[in-house]
Amino acid sequence: MTATTPANPANPPVQQNRKTRRFGMVINLDACTGCGACMMSCAVENNCAPAKDKITDRTGITLMRVFPVNDRQPMPARRSGFVPMPCMQCEHPPCESVCPQQAVELDKLSGIVDQMPQRCFGCRYCIAACPYHARYFNWSDPEWPAGMEQTLNPAVAPRMRGVVEKCDFCHGRLHLAEDQAALEGNDDYTYTPACVEACPTQAIVFGDLNDEESEVTRLAKDPNSFRFLAKLGTEPKVYYHSEHEWRRNLAERTANGSTPAAEGRNS
Amino acid sequence: MTGTLAKPNAIESAEKQWIVRGHERCSTGKFMAWLSPWIGLLLLGLYATYLCLRFGLGETHLDNRFGFGLWIFLDLAVIALGAGAFFSGFLLYILKWKEIKAVINSAVVLGFLCYSGAVAVLAVDVGQPLRSWFTFWHPNTHSMLTEVTFCITCYLIVLSIEYLPILLKNRKFKQVPSFLVFEWELHKLMPVFAGIGVFLSFFHQGSLGGLFGVMRGRPFAFREGFSIWPTTFFLFVLSAAAVGPSFIILTTKLVEKITGKRLVKEDIYRTLAKTTGVLLTIYVALKCTDTLMWLNSTSVRAGVAPWEFYEFRPFGHATLFTEVVIFGMIPALLLLSRRLRERPGLITLGAALACLGVVFNRFVMTIQTLALPTLSFDEFMLYLPNWVEYAVFGGVIAYAVIVYSLSYRYLNLFPQEQDLQLNPKEVGNVPVR
Repeated sequence: MTATTPANPANPPVQQNRKTRRFGMVINLDACTGCGACMMSCAVENNCAPAKDKITDRTGITLMRVFPVNDRQPMPARRSGFVPMPCMQCEHPPCESVCPQQAVELDKLSGIVDQMPQRCFGCRYCIAACPYHARYFNWSDPEWPAGMEQTLNPAVAPRMRGVVEKCDFCHGRLHLAEDQAALEGNDDYTYTPACVEACPTQAIVFGDLNDEESEVTRLAKDPNSFRFLAKLGTEPKVYYHSEHEWRRNLAERTANGSTPAAEGRNS
Repeated sequence: MTGTLAKPNAIESAEKQWIVRGHERCSTGKFMAWLSPWIGLLLLGLYATYLCLRFGLGETHLDNRFGFGLWIFLDLAVIALGAGAFFSGFLLYILKWKEIKAVINSAVVLGFLCYSGAVAVLAVDVGQPLRSWFTFWHPNTHSMLTEVTFCITCYLIVLSIEYLPILLKNRKFKQVPSFLVFEWELHKLMPVFAGIGVFLSFFHQGSLGGLFGVMRGRPFAFREGFSIWPTTFFLFVLSAAAVGPSFIILTTKLVEKITGKRLVKEDIYRTLAKTTGVLLTIYVALKCTDTLMWLNSTSVRAGVAPWEFYEFRPFGHATLFTEVVIFGMIPALLLLSRRLRERPGLITLGAALACLGVVFNRFVMTIQTLALPTLSFDEFMLYLPNWVEYAVFGGVIAYAVIVYSLSYRYLNLFPQEQDLQLNPKEVGNVPVR
């Protein structure tokens, strides 16, 4: 993962002058059909073990999770939609400062909030601290039925029982991209997380938010884009986009002092 | 644990050799009968612990929403109640309130049991207990939990050292000369350990409050404060110091009830009750101020309507009323009033309400915080612990009862016991503060 180009004054090692990125996403809520392809591809890419019988929707591991939402209006006026929620990769992550043993770290080079399962001892303080419910605990040993171990992704280590895990924008793919860039002696790379690749409606746009020319930056600055719970000051790097006001009003628990349901009537 | 002496036999007479001279204790058989159900509960707790360690925390009802559950809530509660150990040490060794000597031994044992029990539960509660030492090796100095881990570990060592001289004063141990010398030397150092204990306790009680106060992602718990410390830091310290003496009152009265003996003079209860009353009054005043600041400023800036949090049943407005009025103002009034303190029944009631108050406060901070929604499309969620969680904690309660029973039987937990036994009419000659 680290660059190993030979030291040369004319061509300094990539390591020393690495470009700082802020990888982020813009998810178009109007395009999301709730098909769940992002969830499936995420689970396969990141070696999430198949759910056991006793696993529920409150104990399973869904690093990308699609929540059904509506404007809480009575039927038939009710409008529905879906909100895919990976880790928000906050610029000020509430989970990082609480971890007692530095198992959570905001990577300054990529802007990704990294989780180190090897160091995590499973106190779950980060789970309590995350307002987006984007963190998951391994409640039991991960097990793959005979033969299914062949599907494991060699670029990603499976996590053990008793540790917390979360979306890290497919670190296996990031590492491969970094390795490739290092081999080529440059620092100019990008990559595509599994959920972005799998989305059939291309609802998810991924890229470097530091790059003013990128599509993700352009979309993030769109007036119809928003971030969840922005007032908490966590500065998420996952943005959402919708042309519909009722969807944008989902951003905060109370918009202008009233409930999202009430706001929905105005759109 | 009391009763008539049974017909002496070899085991019984040998066992009696360990009992403090002059203390009247029940027969060996009766004592074993008392211990039996607790041993059963302890074994059940050990089995539940085995299930968690062998198969993982999937054996419990904890989930990704309730990462903290019954264990963390009760851990916080017993650590607050165990504060009686550090606070009575502070009163005796630092403020030189000599009358506290009457309960200091019992307070130290209770503190030791509360802390060791809490640490035992934490060892089951974390997913990878064998990695607990990572906190010391890779400490995150920004985390309140790091501070809690450091202080609780150190304070448990201090409590063990404080427990040691009480243990070495046992009739049999005293026959070993080196034990006697060691105990004497250790006793001289007690003010130092009490001082260290106060310092450590102050910080970890506060940091336990800070755990929740710093969670800016949870507007219900988040509080602003001074420098790096949210207001919950100070509220937790004060509430723990306030109820510590009340817990000593309750446990001592409970032991008196079970054994049928007078163990301390009535004045001690009044002194402890007044201490709780004064501290609880200050606490309630600060708690009200903090709540008003949170309702009108902190939560509004976080983009939430704070009263909405009280619309989810069963945590209605009654939760706040119960915490502040029933478990705060009422016991503060009962224990602060000199006239009301003259009635032992009201002291017990006030102490019980104060202790329930701190337990309820820890419940609100842990369970209610996690039950409440954060995102606009979140649901309010509840969680009910399963038998494994209850059994593990029941095992710890059983451990505490067993060790306290053994300590009461063989050690001099209440130095006034013998005086009161010889002169039962003596109700107290300790000056009331």
